[in-house]
Amino acid sequence: MLFSSQVTAAEVVIAVAANFTNTTRQIAPLFEKASGHTTRISYGSTGKLYSQIEHGAPFEVFLAADTQRPIKAEAEGLAVPGSRFIYARGKLALWSKTTGLFDSGEDYLKSGNFKHLATGNAKTAPYGLAARQVMTHLGLFSRLEPKLVRGESIAQTFQFVATGNAKAGFVAYSQIKSWRGESGSTWEIPLHYYTPIDQAAVLLKKGESNPAAHAFLAFLKSEAARKKIRELGYGVE
Amino acid sequence: MSSIEIRLRSQLGDFSLDVSFETPARGVTALFGRSGSGKTSVLRAVAGLVKTPQGLVRVNDEVWQDENRFRPAHRRPLGYVFQEASLFPHLSVRRNLEYGWRRVPEQERQIPFHDVVELLGIGTLLQRTTQSLSGGERQRIAIARALLTSPRLLLMDEPLSALDHGAKQTILPYLESLHDEFTIPSLYVSHDPNEVARLADRMVVLEQGKVIAEGDAATILTRLDLPLAGYDDAASLLEGTVSSHDHTYHLTWISTHGGRIAIAREDLPVGRRARVQIQARDVSLSLRAHSDTSIINILPAKVIDTHDISQTQMLVRLEMDDGQTLLSRITRRSALGMGIREGMHLYAQVKSVALLS
Amino acid sequence: MIFDWQPVWLTLKLAGVSTLILLVIGTPIAWWLARSTTWYKQIISAVVALPLVLPPTVLGFYLLIMLGPEGPVGRLTQSLGLGTLPFTFGGLVVASVIYSMPFVVQPLQNAFQSLGQRPVEVASTLRASPWDRFMTVVIPLARPGFLTAAVLSFAHTIGEFGVVLMIGGNIPGVTKVLSVAIYDHVETLEYGQAHLLAAGLLAFSFAVLLTLYLLNGRLNRNHQP
Repeated sequence: MLFSSQVTAAEVVIAVAANFTNTTRQIAPLFEKASGHTTRISYGSTGKLYSQIEHGAPFEVFLAADTQRPIKAEAEGLAVPGSRFIYARGKLALWSKTTGLFDSGEDYLKSGNFKHLATGNAKTAPYGLAARQVMTHLGLFSRLEPKLVRGESIAQTFQFVATGNAKAGFVAYSQIKSWRGESGSTWEIPLHYYTPIDQAAVLLKKGESNPAAHAFLAFLKSEAARKKIRELGYGVE
Repeated sequence: MSSIEIRLRSQLGDFSLDVSFETPARGVTALFGRSGSGKTSVLRAVAGLVKTPQGLVRVNDEVWQDENRFRPAHRRPLGYVFQEASLFPHLSVRRNLEYGWRRVPEQERQIPFHDVVELLGIGTLLQRTTQSLSGGERQRIAIARALLTSPRLLLMDEPLSALDHGAKQTILPYLESLHDEFTIPSLYVSHDPNEVARLADRMVVLEQGKVIAEGDAATILTRLDLPLAGYDDAASLLEGTVSSHDHTYHLTWISTHGGRIAIAREDLPVGRRARVQIQARDVSLSLRAHSDTSIINILPAKVIDTHDISQTQMLVRLEMDDGQTLLSRITRRSALGMGIREGMHLYAQVKSVALLS
Repeated sequence: MIFDWQPVWLTLKLAGVSTLILLVIGTPIAWWLARSTTWYKQIISAVVALPLVLPPTVLGFYLLIMLGPEGPVGRLTQSLGLGTLPFTFGGLVVASVIYSMPFVVQPLQNAFQSLGQRPVEVASTLRASPWDRFMTVVIPLARPGFLTAAVLSFAHTIGEFGVVLMIGGNIPGVTKVLSVAIYDHVETLEYGQAHLLAAGLLAFSFAVLLTLYLLNGRLNRNHQP
């Protein structure tokens, strides 16, 4: 492969939102195998990656955890107009490490029978905002607020629950899918309880002339990639 | 039981200490030896600053340590003067002096604050910071600080060795007056025979962690089998009393039972005890009592033994009529010419005498 | 714009309490490290220095595990009826104490070592008991070391972020300290609030550090022999 692809093969440098780390690790080899291109991937919080892009980081493709940052990238001329699309939709779940803690997450939340409830920071984490919408939708927010412990990112929120420090918490469904410990109790929250957590991808100006960058975004829309993304706990359009 | 008994045995790496001696609980006992002979180790063990596995330290009828007991340093009523003054830099001179004094219960304070200050001449220094003192002043403060704890034993670890010659000379009189003013027994570590000659009553000579000789300072200093006598400045000590003053020639006469010695006029009361030091190199020998010589001090004596100190020179140890010892350094050639041998009676001509105290 | 003072007070309280506890715990550890000659002394030194090596979020993660309901410390605190420490002010204090330990122990250890054995020996021949000589000789003479330790620990706790974020859960009034508040403002693009807090933090910290260093400088001058 090294020889056959030497003429056309290129490398694509990708910035990926932290929540999509695990999924990207599984998709990238599929892409490399299918296209002969290679990838170099940086993971980080959407906000940090964005400010790195703003300051000239050599990223060619940006997979964000929201739609806001890719839109902004387009508006500020950092991304190629019209290249943006939703590659995954985050799903929120209520999760506890304890198996059989609840059948109906809704009832569990209403019981209030816990000391701490973990959630992402609604100001900084999209999943935190969604969790807040769910609590508001259920009319429980003011009752639950004193019990909330906030992770700065959804990864931190997951750690609060995974270490048992919080009995339960709002986490990303994809995190539960990658969790190798006890399956615990999961409540997949109905999608109409919160605004969709759309994650958008965009082709950055630096990747405009790199065929590998174009190829990667195309691959992300392929059925093979969509299947993987769905398997790992995201919705796709 | 009016004595100090010290028996120590310890092994520190290559150095083994095995020291045992008893000395009267009065006056100054010098621990004498070259550096590395174990003098300071003995002092530190006596103070309880180091714990020797086997040891006995008794001061009069108080046992500070034996096989079963070990009193830590702060429970031993002692004063310790270190080689460097080691004043507390964060305290004023007065506070330094008061540090130990305040920690002694009032009823146990035997030495008035004022007396110590006066004796050591430090009254004008009390308000100063320690940083502003000269080396000699610092050491005087350190001595005063130790005295103010009303110690039952004073330990001094070469308190003069860090000082220059001038400062040494100014402090020696204070140390001598200590001896006269207070009846505190002390152990005084030194490697300087002159210092020992001036201050010590008794001597314990250490070599490689062992006691090789002990006894009266005057005797030990003149014993020819000890390394001391080999020193360039080997000297003897004579004790006597001030007998008269010669106003015409400006002399002071000191008499011993073995003869009269003149020194340059000193303002001392007649009848006072006096100690003089005579360097071996300042003593020449003669078979007859010459009157045709410039030397005033001529003392009859008897040869006890002799000792070659080099291929050229030898030491002759003499005994005066009263049993005191005098050392003389002469050339081997002269000795041979005079036919010097043990038991021989002759005259010692003393060229120079130093009054010690 | 309503200025939220709560994180400021909380931060000062955390830094103050942590520093105090650190001085109390760190002093005997530093003293022992400065004096001991045992072979395992180096092991203890290394353990104390470990927080310097671990990234704060990693340390925070392990603290979360250790102090959590299933961790050894968490089990202990629960069995003592204290509950668990994460998400409480007490938990933040524990985390800060561990995290800032090397910043207290090392300057103190240096100060004690440079003091040497002599002043302590002198004091003991002047009838001072071990505790007495520690209080009246060691502490005054090691004062520059104590100042450095206190400054570093205080400053470090104020600026601490990663561990606090992990173990605190960002609860207003309980665990939402200044650094977290600033981070929140920055993340949500509330730059005005962020600048205000950050500027205040910088000015205050600078004032504290400067004051202490000036004091320290004067003390050092006074101690010159």
